[in-house]
Amino acid sequence: MAALTKDLGIATAPPTPPARRRKRSFAAWRWVILLIAGVYFLLPLAAALRFAGLSAFGGVFTTPGFGSSLWLSVKLAAVTWLITMVLMIPTTVYIHLRLPQLRRLLEGITILPIVIPPVVLIVGVLQVMPLALRSSVWLLAIEYVVLTMPFAYRALDAGLRAIDVKTLTEASGSLGAGWLTTLWRVILPNLRTGLLSATILIVALVLGEFTMASLDLQQTFPVWIVLFDQTNAQISVAASIFALVVTWVVLMLITVVSTRQSRRGGGGEVTLFSVAPRETIGN
Amino acid sequence: MPTNELAGNETTANTAPAATAVASAGSASEGNDGPRPGTSVSLRGLTRAFGATRALDEMSLDIEPGELVALLGPSGCGKTTALRIVAGFEFADSGQVLVDGKDVSGVPANKRDMGMVFQSYSLFPNMSALDNVAFGLRMRGIGTAGRRQHAAELLDMVGLAPQARQFPHQLSGGQQQRVALARALAIQPRVLLLDEPLSALDAKVRLQLREQIRTLQQRLGTTTLFVTHDQEEALSMSDRVGVMRSGKLEQVATPDELYSRPATAFVAEFVGTMNRLPGELSGDGRAVTVVGVTVPVQAGGPASGPVDALVRPENLTVAPSEAGDGIVTVRTFLGAVTRLTVRLSGDTEVVVDVATTAAAGMTPGTAVQVGLPQSPVLVAARES
Amino acid sequence: MTADTTDTVTAPEPRAGSGVRRFRSPLRPVMRALPAPLRHLARYAGVAPFLAYIAVFLLVPLIAIVIGAFQTDNGAFTWSNLNTALHGAYLEGYEQSLEVSAITSIIPGVFGLLIAYAIFTARGRAASWLRQVVITASGVFANFGGVPLAFLFIASFGSSALVTGWLGDAGLNIYDWGFNLYTMSGISLVYMYFQIPLMVLIILPALEGIRPAWREAAQNLGAGSWQFWRFVGGPVLLPSFMSCLMLLFGSALAAYATAEALTSGTIPLTSIQIGTFLNGNVEAGQEHVGQALSFGMVIIIAVLMSFYVLFQRRSAKWLR
Repeated sequence: MAALTKDLGIATAPPTPPARRRKRSFAAWRWVILLIAGVYFLLPLAAALRFAGLSAFGGVFTTPGFGSSLWLSVKLAAVTWLITMVLMIPTTVYIHLRLPQLRRLLEGITILPIVIPPVVLIVGVLQVMPLALRSSVWLLAIEYVVLTMPFAYRALDAGLRAIDVKTLTEASGSLGAGWLTTLWRVILPNLRTGLLSATILIVALVLGEFTMASLDLQQTFPVWIVLFDQTNAQISVAASIFALVVTWVVLMLITVVSTRQSRRGGGGEVTLFSVAPRETIGN
Repeated sequence: MPTNELAGNETTANTAPAATAVASAGSASEGNDGPRPGTSVSLRGLTRAFGATRALDEMSLDIEPGELVALLGPSGCGKTTALRIVAGFEFADSGQVLVDGKDVSGVPANKRDMGMVFQSYSLFPNMSALDNVAFGLRMRGIGTAGRRQHAAELLDMVGLAPQARQFPHQLSGGQQQRVALARALAIQPRVLLLDEPLSALDAKVRLQLREQIRTLQQRLGTTTLFVTHDQEEALSMSDRVGVMRSGKLEQVATPDELYSRPATAFVAEFVGTMNRLPGELSGDGRAVTVVGVTVPVQAGGPASGPVDALVRPENLTVAPSEAGDGIVTVRTFLGAVTRLTVRLSGDTEVVVDVATTAAAGMTPGTAVQVGLPQSPVLVAARES
Repeated sequence: MTADTTDTVTAPEPRAGSGVRRFRSPLRPVMRALPAPLRHLARYAGVAPFLAYIAVFLLVPLIAIVIGAFQTDNGAFTWSNLNTALHGAYLEGYEQSLEVSAITSIIPGVFGLLIAYAIFTARGRAASWLRQVVITASGVFANFGGVPLAFLFIASFGSSALVTGWLGDAGLNIYDWGFNLYTMSGISLVYMYFQIPLMVLIILPALEGIRPAWREAAQNLGAGSWQFWRFVGGPVLLPSFMSCLMLLFGSALAAYATAEALTSGTIPLTSIQIGTFLNGNVEAGQEHVGQALSFGMVIIIAVLMSFYVLFQRRSAKWLR
């Protein structure tokens, strides 16, 4: 290597003298970023709280329309969830098992609802759907399935990929299980995280969806909040904060519980969109 | 396979001029124009704890210049932690790492001038093989032409010159590791660190790469620390092997010594196959009776109490005998050697290796007599 | 030697019971009954329900819009809708929409990346907790839509609202500087409230794809933090970052709820303008302009999404 050393003049890097121990702490810039973010996101919340006043929170629950609109949103979320699960789970499993070549196509299809904004979709839907459907509130649920489909597919697909569903199915079949048993007892229990992610996303989306509901003239919770603003701004703001906080708490609970379950099963942290392997995150 | 200087250790003249430059440099450890003399590395009392568990427990090791030392042990024994502390990616709670006598514990990882090969997928995916190898030189400020040429020579050295422009995702696992090796060596490191570099590869590729790494290392004279859980790898490649368990070094010795004179029961059983036979210690604890034979005891074991003798399969004898107290239960053909499992009275099972020619007639069910030659055996406290 | 390589003296093992069934698909008898070419098609039966659903409830409305964009009231073909959609107030709508979308995708793109990086590389006991909180919060804000957020901002940044007041007391009279919650500047500010969390969520998987081994290898070869990001981390992350930007842009372009909640539909944004065609006063002869506007929006977003797919392909190669 002598000739090479001379040509390149590589100098040996001398060790730097001070042998100080490196501190294992949060770098300063991290704090700065998170602080700015924290202020930006919490400030409006704080101000809104001041504006609404604590009495408004009590008033929210007794205001006309609160109960019925919230109930409508919840019903819509449940129906959307049901249709999505019934539609997406068999389809995704089937594709993983029998038609892997269609996965590309599926990924392309799942981009479509993102390409077509809800406001555009509702325009088209109201144009072509028969009157019976158009006047029914369940039209919204049907279309919400379309809106949530990309996220549900991604969550289920990730879950299926993580558990090698093909091997599991063959093992189950070789032990004598029929396809229904396999689906119910083998595949679904292992898909818990993916199902959870999908559920969370569906609930969050439906409870917050305003565009299509308002243009379809249905009074879901978000629509009620906006309409009610004309009457009593403070109640509206209080209702908004309430909705935000409740969703946040529910999501945190679900994430913590599912992380604990996942850790017990040898996995890692659970985040909204994936299960994080232990090596890439944390100690 | 393109001809490269690793294609064999023959003394016939090889082609590339780089080969001769390296060869002469490698043998020039006595001085003249040679590279800096090899670097010594010392680990002194390294301790590292994660909560309640001690990953490293006062581990000390001295590596001579130009030596290849392997750290061998089961997973969780601390070998990778030790390597990463030497590299600078982790920090010991106490203890020092000395390179050429100087403490580098406070030096950041990017200034330690060590080359490291990781277990897998460590090549930068956005760069070609050539640029990967040249990266370290780029960090040192070498100009484009110079570092590209040097990188090309190194790729040639590992036999991947045609793949210089390819990207990692276009290379096989074995090829990627060879590029990783070239990349680590490109900066002419004082120390070469290998973190289980062959674990993720196919068996056949593993064997090839083993030879290449050893040959390169010897030719360049780079002090090397090599971590593995594969004892065959460790024994075949290293100048010395350190067997680790639970954060401690149980024995550091040449492969030969490790195999024939293991210092502890753990080492004896971890390296190669080992029989455990119940035995009776003599009164003074210096002889033990096992399978009816009394033999001297190797120093270092317990002096009293119930013990097991640790004997290698090839050190036992076996012969058909009507009056023998053993019955052959399993017979496995291994080529030149046949391995017989013999069940003795008292339900002990022992594994004996005999030359296949001598194993004629000892089929399962045959009554045999197992014997032990008169040489010291290692004893350990009996496991129930 | 005729002996097997391994002879054992052990009891014989029980045979596998003949009652074990091979796995059978429920469609098997049906498939068996069909002739060969149809059988090939029947394999796709499993995805038929899903495809049918999408076709009816997504594609049909979309096609209706595309057709309607070029129709007059009597059903004749015309360019006039498209013409109207590209001029005057509607052109202004497109321009404003594109401008807002650009601002609220680039700035949140960078900031979201920084936040994601800050939580992703954090170590220590608090780090896991921090990650959970931030990711969940991002999920909430990103998905919940603009309505509650709009109200939060009205309550805090409105012309006589609290934060405005606090800033005013500190000497920062934002309204004097031209800020107005109910115009573009305000809309942009509020959009960022859900764009930033969205960015955090979609860039995290890409960050997770950056292997620690790369970082360590770079360090080992002498690179500092900045050099790693400049030569390895940055280039590897760039396609993912670009694809996320595309998503953000599309998301901002499509946003309706926030603007509507803030302004009740009085500002020139394409999505708002489309909405007015559904429940506002529609001039005679202009019924299909809404569809033309929609068509235009779909085209723009489709272009964005093809770039998105392109960038995704590139990053998938590297971030396996």
